Amino acid sequence: MNERYSRQELFAPIGKEGQANISAKHVLIVGAGALGTGNAEALVRAGVGKLTMIDRDYVEWSNLQRQQLYSEDDAKARLPKAIAAKQRLAQVNSEVEVEAIVGDANVDELQRIAAETKPDVIIDATDNFETRMIINDVSCKYGIPWIYGACVGSYGISYTFIPRKTPCLHCLLETMPVGGLTCDTAGIISPAVQMVVAYQVAEALKLLVGDEQSLRGKLVSFDVWNNQHTAIRVDQVKKEDCPSCGTNPTYPYLSYEMQTKTAVLCGRNSVQIRPAGKREYDLPQLADLFAKQGLRVETNPYLVSVSLGEHRLVVFRDGRALVHGTKDIQEAKTIYHRYLG
Amino acid sequence: MELVINGELIHVPDHIRTIADLLVHFQLNQKIAIVEVNAHIVQKQEYETTALCNGDRVEIVHFVGGG
Repeated sequence: MNERYSRQELFAPIGKEGQANISAKHVLIVGAGALGTGNAEALVRAGVGKLTMIDRDYVEWSNLQRQQLYSEDDAKARLPKAIAAKQRLAQVNSEVEVEAIVGDANVDELQRIAAETKPDVIIDATDNFETRMIINDVSCKYGIPWIYGACVGSYGISYTFIPRKTPCLHCLLETMPVGGLTCDTAGIISPAVQMVVAYQVAEALKLLVGDEQSLRGKLVSFDVWNNQHTAIRVDQVKKEDCPSCGTNPTYPYLSYEMQTKTAVLCGRNSVQIRPAGKREYDLPQLADLFAKQGLRVETNPYLVSVSLGEHRLVVFRDGRALVHGTKDIQEAKTIYHRYLG
Repeated sequence: MELVINGELIHVPDHIRTIADLLVHFQLNQKIAIVEVNAHIVQKQEYETTALCNGDRVEIVHFVGGG
């Protein structure tokens, strides 16, 4: 027995018993970007028993400013994020079993992980609401708590969803948010990331040691640049007839109709993406948002076309998009979510 | 009118009368937000009709997607 966790064990709400609990638990982190790497490092240092990370992307130079597990070598090698994260985490704490999955966190994969590996907690470190709605339905169906976290610019937000106790994300949102404001269009500073990570990890530790009474219970948001902080108790938003967490759940985001459909267009070096659910874009507003990022935008009443280096993204009013310059569905999806959330 | 928004006393222009007006003023009307007035959450369909009064305590949390 070494001193590795002594300071955490001295913290009374955890203690030796809590530490033993932590080391017997399994956490799934969906996404290995800024929030994913922050959560992963903290939980691996805290001595969680097993960590599963899933991500479809690879390390780029623009990640290094805030994605704390990655180095210049990873960016040079364009290493898949899950692999680069696993390598670094093994240096940080070799006692923790880390499973890295390079792939899409889609309905089938998330259900497989939930059913086969039974994580105790799911941490949301994704960059889009489509995946979050899938996580939400998986959480409701398999009874696994999940911790929402998101940030853009200097703003961040977090909430802990406990099946059968709190409202679910579907209760809170009613419809899927659409819009062009993502980290790749509005920027992001690392303190906003770290603040969300701190909220998520604190809640995860409470769940792992079984101290549910200490959970925050509120939807929290803050802006570290404009010096704001607010927290709202949202219990009353829980809906008995919610299709995800209500009395007769149908888990709509696990159904085929609600999944993003993709198709490689023959002979055109393009991928078509049809997003889940109903979307309605204000095209002039979308064009304006892209233009403000210094991107070259062309528009007509039916579509917005934006040039992105070797790729071109064409968005229609209903959210359908064409990604030109690739036949790779994963790459096209990454571009789509990067610019449209 | 003066409102306490997210804990801060803020003077808002006179034309702001409802929650819907306030969300437009802060450019949050296109986003999905949870709004609480004097410790009660207001349903989205009531934003247009919920009048704000001087001194009301308003909390606004809007959802973002990045991560």
